[in-house]
Amino acid sequence: MSMAYKLLLLILLFSSYAMANPVYQKLGIPADEISQQAQWNISIPPSGKGLPQGQGSAQKGAEIFAMQCAACHGPQAIGGSAEPLMGEVGSLGGEYPEKTVASYWPYATTLFDYIRRAMPINAPFSLTADEVYSLSAYLLSQDGIIPANSTLNQDSLPKVIMPNRDGFIPVYPIP
Amino acid sequence: MTSKVHKNRRRFLQQAALGSVLATGAMSLPIVSRSESSEFPDSLPEWMREPGGDFSNYGQPSTHEQQVIRWISANPDAPGNGVSWTPLHDLQGTITPNGLHYERHHNGVPKIDPNKHILLIDGLVEQPLQFSVESLMRYPMESRICFIECGGNSNSGWRSTPIQAKAGYAHGLVSNTEWTGVPVKLLLEEAGIKKQALWVIAEGADAAGLNISIPLEKLLDDALLALYQNGERIRPENGYPMRLVLPGWEGVLNVKWLRQLRLVEEPIMSRDETAQYTELQTDGSARQFTFINEAKSLITSPSLGMMLPDSPGIYQISGLAWSGRGKISRVEISTDGGESWTDAELHGPILDKAFTRFSLAWHWQGEYAVLQSRATDETGYVQPTREALVSQRGRYGFFHYNAIVSWEITEEGDINHVYGL
Ligand code: HEC
Repeated sequence: MSMAYKLLLLILLFSSYAMANPVYQKLGIPADEISQQAQWNISIPPSGKGLPQGQGSAQKGAEIFAMQCAACHGPQAIGGSAEPLMGEVGSLGGEYPEKTVASYWPYATTLFDYIRRAMPINAPFSLTADEVYSLSAYLLSQDGIIPANSTLNQDSLPKVIMPNRDGFIPVYPIP
Repeated sequence: MTSKVHKNRRRFLQQAALGSVLATGAMSLPIVSRSESSEFPDSLPEWMREPGGDFSNYGQPSTHEQQVIRWISANPDAPGNGVSWTPLHDLQGTITPNGLHYERHHNGVPKIDPNKHILLIDGLVEQPLQFSVESLMRYPMESRICFIECGGNSNSGWRSTPIQAKAGYAHGLVSNTEWTGVPVKLLLEEAGIKKQALWVIAEGADAAGLNISIPLEKLLDDALLALYQNGERIRPENGYPMRLVLPGWEGVLNVKWLRQLRLVEEPIMSRDETAQYTELQTDGSARQFTFINEAKSLITSPSLGMMLPDSPGIYQISGLAWSGRGKISRVEISTDGGESWTDAELHGPILDKAFTRFSLAWHWQGEYAVLQSRATDETGYVQPTREALVSQRGRYGFFHYNAIVSWEITEEGDINHVYGL
């Protein structure tokens, strides 16, 4: 690369970015402390990192489900005014595919993450960690993904292998 | 110059005096009421013979335009869960009025007090930082006109029979806005990005606590932390006090009511990037992280719900085209269901990842016709036919439906939605 060409490139680089060098005052405040607080750590990755302590049984989960979830998701969690959550495992490639937690979701950690933050939809963030473990255990045991009468906790939940674990093809990064 | 100031000052003093008289209710000068012996009794409309309405603090559309509304479809058991469609068929130009921007809420519109809201940037950064809304208002801002389209827009197109809904009420989960805010890049760089960071989990402060993973690359490219929508502060239903705007990328990633950006190595695999916003294919596998809204177009007029009154007659075919990959380079129109095509006129400015208005005058002779528009973007991508899209993706993808839309014109001038000739 010639010197002149390099210079041209440099000029182009600077002229094409309107805000290449904006002048402003940095106003962010150090947030080491709040970054550690539970209410800023609610996303749970497949590794299970960040799962709260606690445990819950499928049996307990069935009771909570009947009280707090069945009205919208149906008594057997096979759908009502809201999505079906159970059943239809193995249907995805067939003529009538049904996406449920059991048939479609790749990770059990997603179930914990989502129920805790969003359900029941009329009272988000109202369930205790034990209740969310119980509900997860109940839902996953319905289709035999975990044995009936199982208990789940922060160690066992991430180890659950969902039937559709390898069913997703990432399209990003775009070629 | 001086005299003008004086004159204005004198008028101001007079008005001020009048104001105080009015306030005490002691009017010294009579206000004459209309005499019946007018020279123009009925030949002029009444709104020219009477003073008009009052000033308003915040203007509203004409009472004659009350049918121009978003169409709401929500879950009766969870009224905050659903969508409302932009009435694209009733609008012209390219900018969506703020009150008509489409909505997709997972659990209602939060009533956020901006004084209690913060944005936290943490995870793989040198220094976790929090920003108040007030402090963000002091950052250098950029404006960007772009569309935001829900990944689920037009999804009725996957059904085996065409739905008979107005253009906007089937395809209006897309809107086009001038967003103004702080480049996300500035804030991430202020926190200091660690080398391992590749993804960012964005989280909203709504009652769904919506969380989703976004490639860091996009946030460093053209993402805005938007604070303004068409010049005014963002509407509550569009993310007040702040939202992400990721030009060209599907709606759900443009997280509203943004409260946190956490830099991480891998996607979080949240519900809205696994269970939803992924596309099931015929072999049972699903496409994931399909972020870009591919090129699409739609004839908004004439369209279903309208009529062609004159036969024969001349009609201005008009519509919108957009692409998440860049600028629209061409829109073609067919009146015979795709047998033959004519280039439409593109109305400038043609912006990157934004609505482009197109039009074409059409001499209708009263024959049966099927109107279609087909967009091409600057990358050369051509909007597919429904047949091509379905054969490529199957019928259960649910998201990212961008096929050509067909309006059937009957010999009587009625308009129906069809899937081609
Ligand atoms: C008042 C109705 C209602 C109640 C009660 C309710 N849900 Fe839901 N649920 C919904 C709606 C509506 C959605 C869809 C939300 C969306 O689209 O963002 C949903 C979605 C879900 C999903 C995600 C489904 C998918 O495939 O994406 C899960 C899992 C779930 N609910 C679990 C529960 C559990 C567990 C309970 C009880 C603790 C519960 N729900 C109670 C209405 C309800």
